[in-house]
Amino acid sequence: MLLEVTGLAAGYGALPVLRDVTMAVGQGEIVAVLGANGAGKTTLNRVLSGLLRPRAGVIRFDETLITTANPEAIVSAGLIHVPEGRRIFARHTVEENLLLGAYRRGRTRRARNLARIYALFPRLSERRSQVAGSLSGGEQQMLAIGRGMMAEPRLMILDEPSLGLSPRLVDEMFDLVGSLAGDGTAILIVEQNVVRTLDLASRAYVLENGRIALQGEAATLARDPVLRQTYLGV
Amino acid sequence: MSTALLLSALVGGLANGAVYALVALGLTLIYGVLHIINFAHGSLLMLALYASWILWSALGVSPYVALVLLAPLFFALGYALQRWVIGPAGQGRDANVLLVTLGVSIVIDNLALAVFGPATRTVDIPLATSTIDLGVMYLPLPRLIAFVAALLLSGGLWLLLNRTDLGRAIRAVARESDAARLVGIRVAHIHAVTFGIGTASVAAAACLLLPSFYVSPDAGYAFVLVAFTVVVMGGMGSFPGALLAGLVIGVIESFSGLWFGPSLAPIGIYAAFALVLLFRPTGLFGARA
Repeated sequence: MLLEVTGLAAGYGALPVLRDVTMAVGQGEIVAVLGANGAGKTTLNRVLSGLLRPRAGVIRFDETLITTANPEAIVSAGLIHVPEGRRIFARHTVEENLLLGAYRRGRTRRARNLARIYALFPRLSERRSQVAGSLSGGEQQMLAIGRGMMAEPRLMILDEPSLGLSPRLVDEMFDLVGSLAGDGTAILIVEQNVVRTLDLASRAYVLENGRIALQGEAATLARDPVLRQTYLGV
Repeated sequence: MSTALLLSALVGGLANGAVYALVALGLTLIYGVLHIINFAHGSLLMLALYASWILWSALGVSPYVALVLLAPLFFALGYALQRWVIGPAGQGRDANVLLVTLGVSIVIDNLALAVFGPATRTVDIPLATSTIDLGVMYLPLPRLIAFVAALLLSGGLWLLLNRTDLGRAIRAVARESDAARLVGIRVAHIHAVTFGIGTASVAAAACLLLPSFYVSPDAGYAFVLVAFTVVVMGGMGSFPGALLAGLVIGVIESFSGLWFGPSLAPIGIYAAFALVLLFRPTGLFGARA
């Protein structure tokens, strides 16, 4: 497995958020993390990317222990977190945002990756010298993902990538995620859009009050009566 | 009042203003990126004035040559100060950081007093007394050098911030520190580098000032109070704001000295300051609240 998490616990101050979380993501696999607001999805992402130190448990990435690694070491290893709410650098230009994405990569690879991203997102190429804050919501989400791709991720964590997008853009987004995985990048996707996400992912974990309440093949979970009732209301 | 007198006040004011701007740029950069108000800025200026004075009195090194040596040295000092003193002691709390920089400033000021005594010292280089004939007035050469060098250094700083990887990373940390971590930027390192750049620019300003100024343990206060005014008037954290406000304040001070007498010159600065804040509470280039 590319990412292996065992017995993870984390929280803020006296408040425990995650308890005994055990999960894994394989090479090139798309895995979904589902859960209501406050279930601990964002905390899980913050721990995996090194922004928050776990209280207990072990995280391995490509056989290497990264439980207490710094964010820069985790980025260098190829685990890239595209944060919720896009978190682009609004006052930098589009191109500067992309270049910052490859901050830990050498100049030649940076130039090559930039050309690849521009070919994939022609709209970002047209707006390369524009300030990122002036882009539309959909373009900002493309930029956030493009910035993540600049770092040559082996595993990309996508936090609510469809949030605030129009239905047509949501389609484009899910197509894009599918093609990224097709190219060999593993994806850990955290989403509110349960139906679309289970359709795309091969496996899924359901977080409830900081614990994994349900897990399994995405196709099986999509038919699970408890899950359907909790998240789809049917 | 004669044209020559007005012109010389204008030119002299611009020359002072460029140095104010350089001192203020360090301050505003540190505020913009680390979000801290560095009370030690004046003390670091004073320390650099002494360093430059020592190089001159012991080895005969001109302050202009000293600039090339002291700017990197003070970069290292600023880096170390932020990385291993202010950062760890502040623990991310604004009130702590404020008190730590104040503490650092008290320590530096009193060390200077203990080592050098309260006496005022000056350098005596032949360049300091030469002037340039502008036709209508004579301009002291050190002020011209200070003006040109301060503008060049400000321009260099602007290029560094806007045209390099380091500058992009510094601006990223200033605005979105979590997102900066997620692309692999070491935030503590960038904070220390920024503090180092701020300290290096204050050291450069000290070297440009020394030939036409003096040094004593409280020499920093005169400048840092004006520099704080420049930073707020330009808009906290704004680079072009600090540059423009520095020049404006230099000229205002010069003219108000002409009309009210040198000892009352600061009246003009604070009158202008109050006026700007009245109409633009966030400063000339500040983000609108």
